[in-house]
Amino acid sequence: MSEVLDRAESGRAVTGTMGAEVAALPPHMILMAEETRDGVPTYWVSRGQIIAVLKAVKAAGRLRMLFDLTAVDERQRQTRTPGLPDSDFTVVYQITSFDGPLDDLRLKVAVSADDPTLPTATVVWPNANWLEREAWDLMGVVFEGHPSLRRIMTPPTWVGHPLRKDHYARATERPPYTLSEDDVFREQEALQFKPEEWGMQRHSENSDFMFLNVGPNHPSVHGVFRVMLQLEGENIVDAVPDIGYHHRGAEKMAERQTWHSYIPYTDRVDYVGGVMNNFPYVMGVEKLAGITIPPRAQMIRIMLSEFFRLSSHLVFYGTMVQDLGQLSPVFYIFTDRERVFEIIEKICGFRMHPAFFRIGGVAMDLPKGWEGEVKAFLDYLPPRLAEYDKMVMQNPLFKARTKGVGIYSTEEAIDWGITGPGLRATGLEWDYRKKAPYSGYEHIPFEVPTAANGDCYDRAAVHIEEMRQSLKIIRFCLENMPEGPYKAEHPLAMPPPKPRTMHDIETLIHHFVGIGWGPMIPTGEVRSCIEATKGLNSYYLTSDGGGMSYRTRIRTPSFIHLQQLPLLARGASIADLIAIIGSIDFVMADVDR
Amino acid sequence: MWYVLVILVTVFGVLGVAALSTMLERRLLGFFQDRPGPNRVGPFGLLQVVADAIKMLFKHDWIPPFADKTIFVLAPIIGFLCVLLSFAVIPVTANWSVAGDLNVGLLFVFGMMGMAVYSVVLGGWSSNNKFALLGGMRAAAQMISYEVFMGLALMGVIMTTGSFALNDIVAAQSHCWFIIPQFLGAIIFLMAGIAETHRLPFDLPEGENELGAGFHTEYSGMKFGMFFLAEYAGVALISCLITTLYLGGWQGPLLPPVVWFVLKAGFLICFFILLRAALPRPRYDQLMAFGWKVLLPLSLLNTVVTGAILLLRASA
Repeated sequence: MSEVLDRAESGRAVTGTMGAEVAALPPHMILMAEETRDGVPTYWVSRGQIIAVLKAVKAAGRLRMLFDLTAVDERQRQTRTPGLPDSDFTVVYQITSFDGPLDDLRLKVAVSADDPTLPTATVVWPNANWLEREAWDLMGVVFEGHPSLRRIMTPPTWVGHPLRKDHYARATERPPYTLSEDDVFREQEALQFKPEEWGMQRHSENSDFMFLNVGPNHPSVHGVFRVMLQLEGENIVDAVPDIGYHHRGAEKMAERQTWHSYIPYTDRVDYVGGVMNNFPYVMGVEKLAGITIPPRAQMIRIMLSEFFRLSSHLVFYGTMVQDLGQLSPVFYIFTDRERVFEIIEKICGFRMHPAFFRIGGVAMDLPKGWEGEVKAFLDYLPPRLAEYDKMVMQNPLFKARTKGVGIYSTEEAIDWGITGPGLRATGLEWDYRKKAPYSGYEHIPFEVPTAANGDCYDRAAVHIEEMRQSLKIIRFCLENMPEGPYKAEHPLAMPPPKPRTMHDIETLIHHFVGIGWGPMIPTGEVRSCIEATKGLNSYYLTSDGGGMSYRTRIRTPSFIHLQQLPLLARGASIADLIAIIGSIDFVMADVDR
Repeated sequence: MWYVLVILVTVFGVLGVAALSTMLERRLLGFFQDRPGPNRVGPFGLLQVVADAIKMLFKHDWIPPFADKTIFVLAPIIGFLCVLLSFAVIPVTANWSVAGDLNVGLLFVFGMMGMAVYSVVLGGWSSNNKFALLGGMRAAAQMISYEVFMGLALMGVIMTTGSFALNDIVAAQSHCWFIIPQFLGAIIFLMAGIAETHRLPFDLPEGENELGAGFHTEYSGMKFGMFFLAEYAGVALISCLITTLYLGGWQGPLLPPVVWFVLKAGFLICFFILLRAALPRPRYDQLMAFGWKVLLPLSLLNTVVTGAILLLRASA
């Protein structure tokens, strides 16, 4: 079936071909096809038909994951392609395949500002729940039939929908904030916990339940994460996560920053992932601008990303073990992470958030003598990892705490949108770096570690094996680093080469405009995805031809993964919940953005 | 006069040891974990203990408005007193103990330990905090269960000696420390001791990664300080008991008895700290299952086998 889609060099489907699943549908269900810059088959569907189309696509059996669901406020578009359906808010569904070669499908539904409603997709994919809540909270699109359409990122008392174009972006765009006594009262009222509002019962036939509020400040919830537990003794009857405490409006900020100056913001989305966050963003912008990246820059990017994968997985390892009460490994592991940071600092000049990637390449060339540093580290880490295997992974108490705890199957994982190590721990060998190689991953030999049971222990084991693979990738980069420029020769590459500005007026003008206004990126939309530390991280960028992004949608793995927590927690004990939370590997900044 | 001196030295000795072992623990943990630990206050950071004591004494003595006031205040005092009183029967040397000849010395210690459970349970209960309550619940089940195995593990020693008085038990080890014939009992006693003092890996009543601080979540200032001191005094107590019961007490060649006693107990305290640095925490139900399904049969077996051997020997 997938042969219908020609495949481009990059591994992406080519524009203009009809997605097989969509081709099989009766023609009245599809309004029209749209050509997009990234070549993902894109179709407009009417509001009444969307659920039928989603069901048919899912039933066809290949496009199994609702990868993302978001909305775009189209009311201020200047350069929208003529002929597309009239739309105030466009709701976008991204669906991805997991069997065989990678395929994507993008479906769009137009809704008007007067009646921004459409039926809920939770009946087809369970993970549409949080995605729809987010689209409602931030964009004001109402999903009819949604089980619990409450605010998710903003507080329950928030007025308006922040991602709408007519909502202020900065405090200076609104009257000064005041908090009257009535407001204080109202806010406090809103904070009161009423189990019914969270979909929980106070009593069962035999017992009264105890409700335990874990977080937003708690030693083991990895940031400001709150989960309400309905307990019978120490056993969890139900768990309802509450997120949004770390929401900073990262997507809104993208609409107020130039394409170039937004790069440092991406660093802070998954704050232990560093430049890994720059990766999908700059790749997206480059795809929009049509910039080709020189091989050296590509390999520098891969090498740094793998260093950050190491750093992130080390944090995962240390904190998860610490959550289970083993106090010492976290100190050893953070010492190793320090070694990673030393190298990153020597290359980038910054430790955790270097913002080192640029549109068209990286910020600087590698420093002199980098090979020695990297080589020393490659010899340093493997024995340490072997030691932790003895200390942690082979420890009977650690096994007792993690084996058989928090199990989900491959089917459940795909249904809930789980990617990354969490998916591979269920036994599916699926890595974006292999399925749709980007930035030159196709040339690099490495293996995709998997496990079989999908429990907490397996998730930890996959993370650890991935560190060894990252070391392998880094060693390959060390031995095969190509010579050449570290940045593309393209007028839209940012910032333009400074030394030449003093010699020719053209470069000077570009430099001036590029720094002053930022580069003007051609109209279009693009989805760019990478295998990030925790799963698939994708940026869905819409450019209106301006110096700033029109809409930046950040699909982060943590947000999607956390939604599955209640499923894993039910029936477990509080201690198990801590193990599960540790094993999911999420970062709250990555969840809330 | 001598008697008063013994009491005073014991009380202040225990307090001093408890305070110093907080320091020792932090330094040792630092050593095990490749970091310095507290090394800034005074020579080798030794005055850290004093600084901590000053901080705790001068902290706002706060009782949460939702707590059950009387019990909330009483709980840490009970715990502290019980541990302190237990030391009365520990024979540091042949003639240095407050009540070493007490003919039910061992029973007295067990009685005090049984009372100490109240401290944790009541502290968790009266705080009116769900985390504290869960900690208190865990403590009740864990400590009462492990007291059973602890008592049973000791049966071997008592049967061999034929006495509850700790002085007699030490005297009975002049040829052979009980850890050799009673190895199984010693191991069970050690594990039960860890559970009894709720130290990592059996620190489930606190379980900081799950319950914040467990039963003492709402405590601060000196009331927290008493729980804190009671915990370390408890570690010292278990170490002293193991020394007395299994390691021949103050007996040893060349060095004076008191030095032997301190050396043995000190070694055990360090061992407790090493355990904390090394092991993760089991789950609550796993801990209970381990106790009832493994430790209980083993300790019964130990009792039966010891009894059989003694009978055989008597009849021979």
